[in-house]
Amino acid sequence: MNLYHYASPSTFYPLAGKLVPWFAALAFILTTAGLYISFFMAPTDFQQGEGYRIIFIHVPAAWMSMFIYVVMAFWSAIGLAWNTRLSFVMARALAPTGAMFTFVALWTGAFWGKPMWGAWWVWDARLTSELILLFLYVGVMALQAAIDDPRRSDRAGALLNLVGVINVPIIYFSVKWWNTLHQGSSLSLTRAPSMAQTMLWGMLILALAAWMYTIAVALARARTLILERERRTEWARAQLEGQA
Amino acid sequence: MNWESWQAFWAMGGYGLYVWGSFGMTLLCIVGEIGLLRRHRLQVWRRLKRMKSWDPQ
Repeated sequence: MNLYHYASPSTFYPLAGKLVPWFAALAFILTTAGLYISFFMAPTDFQQGEGYRIIFIHVPAAWMSMFIYVVMAFWSAIGLAWNTRLSFVMARALAPTGAMFTFVALWTGAFWGKPMWGAWWVWDARLTSELILLFLYVGVMALQAAIDDPRRSDRAGALLNLVGVINVPIIYFSVKWWNTLHQGSSLSLTRAPSMAQTMLWGMLILALAAWMYTIAVALARARTLILERERRTEWARAQLEGQA
Repeated sequence: MNWESWQAFWAMGGYGLYVWGSFGMTLLCIVGEIGLLRRHRLQVWRRLKRMKSWDPQ
């Protein structure tokens, strides 16, 4: 298999077009299953009552917000090192979805913090570093939108992505490094999970759904970006001809 | 099954505002993102088609 073959926009465009509906369908099925478990199978929490159910979106959204940033930084690094066009397109296609999940993590966090801590917001290390993550996403998108030349725009955004990635371990370890109001991580690779099995499954299935959603949306966005950039090529013109 | 009635389901044991405020905003964000994506795609298609009509290479 030749990876370079799939990295060429003319091959990637139709391939991504075929993949999007599959990932979207998977996202839909997993979301339905995950929500069913979250609301109808997971038991009531003995401390937080029904209010804890916010965890089923809060944790997957927070994971995605960090993970998407790392993937974005990865594509940026590849793009800067090898100057591959598709890498920059992928980095760019991921940013809005990452920003969306960061916003959702902050929003659901506020709606969870209010009943449990008595405050919508506190300037705690975990919350503040997650807010900085949102600013980084928005900053990258604004910077790229402000530079007209696509190549320079790609490089500037990629550089900011790489600098900003330092924030991700800060978010992740903030609950260990500082005394935070935010609780420690619910899941760890080194100890047994501290929550009921069904709760864990609901959360993991919804996290997987968020993955599938991200892939579907990022591929769809990448397609539009590619078409815009390749509009002068034969194949892009053929695409435009094809669909009236 | 956790709920005795739909009313109990929507009340979420007194946490209704917080639970539905969270899930509602998430739904809004996802629908919004897909909507924006569709609109952008349509705009690009229209613009490229227009450009093609007066620039037949």
